Amino acid sequence: MKTTSNRPLSPHLQVYKMPLPAVLSVLHRGTGIVLSIGSLLVVYWLTALAAGPEAYATASGILGSFLGKLVLFGWTWALFYHLCNGVRHLLWDTGFGFDIPTTYLTGKVVLGASAVLTLLLWLVA
Amino acid sequence: MAEFKLPANSIIKDGKTWPTPTGASRVKNFKIYRYDPDSGQNPRWDTFPIDLDDCAPMVLDALLKIKNEIDPTLTFRRSCREGICGSCAMNIGGSNTLACIKAIEDIPGDITISPLPHMEVVKDLVPDLTHFYAQYASIKPWMQTSTPAPQDRERLQSPEDRKKLDGLYECILCASCSTSCPSYWWNGDRYLGPAVLLQAYRWVIDSRDEATGERLDNLEDPFKLYRCHTIMNCTNTCPKGLNPAQAIGQLKKMMVERLY
Repeated sequence: MKTTSNRPLSPHLQVYKMPLPAVLSVLHRGTGIVLSIGSLLVVYWLTALAAGPEAYATASGILGSFLGKLVLFGWTWALFYHLCNGVRHLLWDTGFGFDIPTTYLTGKVVLGASAVLTLLLWLVA
Repeated sequence: MAEFKLPANSIIKDGKTWPTPTGASRVKNFKIYRYDPDSGQNPRWDTFPIDLDDCAPMVLDALLKIKNEIDPTLTFRRSCREGICGSCAMNIGGSNTLACIKAIEDIPGDITISPLPHMEVVKDLVPDLTHFYAQYASIKPWMQTSTPAPQDRERLQSPEDRKKLDGLYECILCASCSTSCPSYWWNGDRYLGPAVLLQAYRWVIDSRDEATGERLDNLEDPFKLYRCHTIMNCTNTCPKGLNPAQAIGQLKKMMVERLY
């Protein structure tokens, strides 16, 4: 902890080798932020829908462009990752899955499941 | 608050590289964090090439060899040299552990050694643990009772109840886990951190202790307990193989369960 003395602060992020579960934790925070920002996109789309056919056509054009689709693809992955890892957090809250091998296993399952769900959604939609 | 970068006075400069020992066939470089409070200068990385054929197997052995034979000003804490005192906790090769029970050969390539992360440095590898110990004292780490003690014997405990302390009583308070935790880095002033919370749980589930309610009341706080986000660095790094994350999970569960 840093107080007001002149002593230096020892290196932290600069030297620490983050294990997989820590990386996944950062991803959970990151995808949460992405989802919050992305929900503005949904609001924009709904507003355009309510505003009339012309506004809706513009919104569809933007979201349907290559760049729009790329953003939506990333957003759906963020959604599924945050959802799957949220379930992992619920399991922890019930007291399950704290030993190291299980933590790595559930982490990899979350990564795999979020990828599969994202691809499935885009194949079906 | 989360400050990802080091303050200006903490940025680590390049330091001295000592000469490679002559005639050595197995040389390993030890890159060690140095800070001299009397110099008025920033910390630096010094590199010590060590002949592994002339050095005992543990990282602490190499540190002692450096202090005895190369640079006597190198400063670090050590005592038991067998993983029971917790003095030589430091960051070795990117994770926190005890230098005395970490084998040199377990770390490929050069070995980087720095003090426990995100702590104030007193000198070289010695961090200031004052706040950590104050937090430990704040959870009242002793048995509290309100009933009178039995006249003819100790307060007894069944083998089943004693078993609940396994995996907890072994904690040596080396602070490896707490200083591996990003939540503790950013909120260590108010978040108790994994080591102290594991100790809190050790007293909460002790069948002989009669202050369970007050102990849990004391943790009912947005920061003390709930800054744990199950990042798992604590359990990944514990040199004693304990599971602070699980102890914290149990505490969180008890906080909810006692409401119903």
